[in-house]
Amino acid sequence: MMIVSARGVTKHFGSRVAVAGIDLDVPAGTCFGLLGPNGAGKTTTLRMLYGVTRPTAGTIRVFDIDIAADPRAVRRRLGVTLQENVLIDALSPIDNLRVFGRYHLLREPGLMQRIDELIDFLELRSHATVAVQRLSGGFKRRLAIAMSLINRPELLILDEPTTGLDPAVRLALWARIRDLRAAGTTVLLTTHYMDEAERLCDRVAIVADGRVIAQDEPRTLVRAHLAREAVEFDCALDEEAALLSGLPPPRHRLRSGRRLIVYVDDAKPILERLHRGDPDDRRGLIVRPSNLEDVFLRLAGASLEGGA
Amino acid sequence: MSLSLPHARSVWQRNAAMYRRTWWLNILPNFFEPVMYLLSIGIGVGAYINQMGGTSYAAFLAPGLVCVAAMNGASFEVTYNIFVRLTFEKQYDAMLTTPIQPDDVLAGEILWAVTRATVYGGCFFLVVALFGLAPMPGALLVLGVVPLAGLLFSAIGIAFSLRVPTIEMFSFYFTLFLTPLFLFSDVFFPLHERLSGGWLWLAELLPLLHPVRLARLVFGQRQGGLVALWDVTYILVASALLLRWARSSMRARLVS
Repeated sequence: MMIVSARGVTKHFGSRVAVAGIDLDVPAGTCFGLLGPNGAGKTTTLRMLYGVTRPTAGTIRVFDIDIAADPRAVRRRLGVTLQENVLIDALSPIDNLRVFGRYHLLREPGLMQRIDELIDFLELRSHATVAVQRLSGGFKRRLAIAMSLINRPELLILDEPTTGLDPAVRLALWARIRDLRAAGTTVLLTTHYMDEAERLCDRVAIVADGRVIAQDEPRTLVRAHLAREAVEFDCALDEEAALLSGLPPPRHRLRSGRRLIVYVDDAKPILERLHRGDPDDRRGLIVRPSNLEDVFLRLAGASLEGGA
Repeated sequence: MSLSLPHARSVWQRNAAMYRRTWWLNILPNFFEPVMYLLSIGIGVGAYINQMGGTSYAAFLAPGLVCVAAMNGASFEVTYNIFVRLTFEKQYDAMLTTPIQPDDVLAGEILWAVTRATVYGGCFFLVVALFGLAPMPGALLVLGVVPLAGLLFSAIGIAFSLRVPTIEMFSFYFTLFLTPLFLFSDVFFPLHERLSGGWLWLAELLPLLHPVRLARLVFGQRQGGLVALWDVTYILVASALLLRWARSSMRARLVS
């Protein structure tokens, strides 16, 4: 069964096209990632899914309910963590959760019981009664996620859940998201961290310029678009041809300034060549398996503008 | 889209939960303003005035200032506070991830502003009563006028707030709209004794005039009759029209 099903969805803001025709299917019980550079249309797409932005064209069904027809019925059953935390600074985490629970019309004593569960689940106990304005960024983010879980959502939407957080907090949040998925919650997240998508998502869609340019399991995407290994090193544009001459040609290469990445199924020949010419490793050589980030760079382009 | 009262109530509860923590930051400045006027103008200036409108000057000021307290309470809520929640804190964006709809947000905020106006007006009425300026028990009826004043100024303020692009615009609202109303709406002098003919008709447009006249009525300073009916009608109809306008603005601001 599909939790989210979108067909031919577009969104225009005046003459600007934010979403240029997206089809999405999110099966129940999976974690689905929407990847893309800033401004690719990810947040607009999410907003359309929970009914606060109306598509210019196309249809969206969530829980098999037409979101345009009954947004309340859909939003009763989902939770959203917005990109920026929306908290009430003067209140404690417990009071924030209580206020948010009332938006869902939850009542005592069930509400307090649920708050208690979430405080344990997201490890908020130590500062549960301190005003939010005195909490760290990681703590606030965990609280924001706890708030979006207050109604035991069947679908959890996370807009860039770990942007700007330290590695320990990111690891902890990833573990919680996996726990939720294991318990049957469907998760839809946006991110521009490919490692996050690779670790969490069963399926990802890469979005650029308001379109889905690739959609599959992360591993399949990597296999389909790139060779097995990535070899990264410094190499000026004018030495590139000489350095690679006579070697089996790489399946793909990607250059950013002096940095060159070549994608090959067998890294041995090029590594031998590089070691011979550069015994002191002044080229900053790195060899690693190709990953989703490489797919993303290849498909969405490496420019800062976003898009190819 | 439709209005759901339980959801509107949850918006009201959000503000109430916050207000319980911060009331002393909010209530002091706005509440003490009319108290200062009562002391300075009513008792200070009033010492040089034998009587006005058939009563002592402080007693003449009292009912109008109760309405001014309500006006201030509602106005701060639906201007600065709502603008901050809408644009800086994005509180409504978070509400709209739950079953709450824009109409519920508007209704909850208006109910809250009326509540706050009633608290302000009620507290100030208590002060007035302690000074012995409120003829009991009739003056207690002003507690019915105060929410009406709150409703009217919530509706005016929110209709304005949802249309302005920047927070700086509110200083115009306060200095060019609320302050003149405060000075020329029958609070400090009997308007009908100073104006004549066409000007009197024009003065009927002033929103604050209507709750002030109703307050004077229950303080026993004037007769009721058709004028009171007109005052209540003005308040209800103007509020309804402004809120209908605010509803479409709120939908446009929150849903794209």
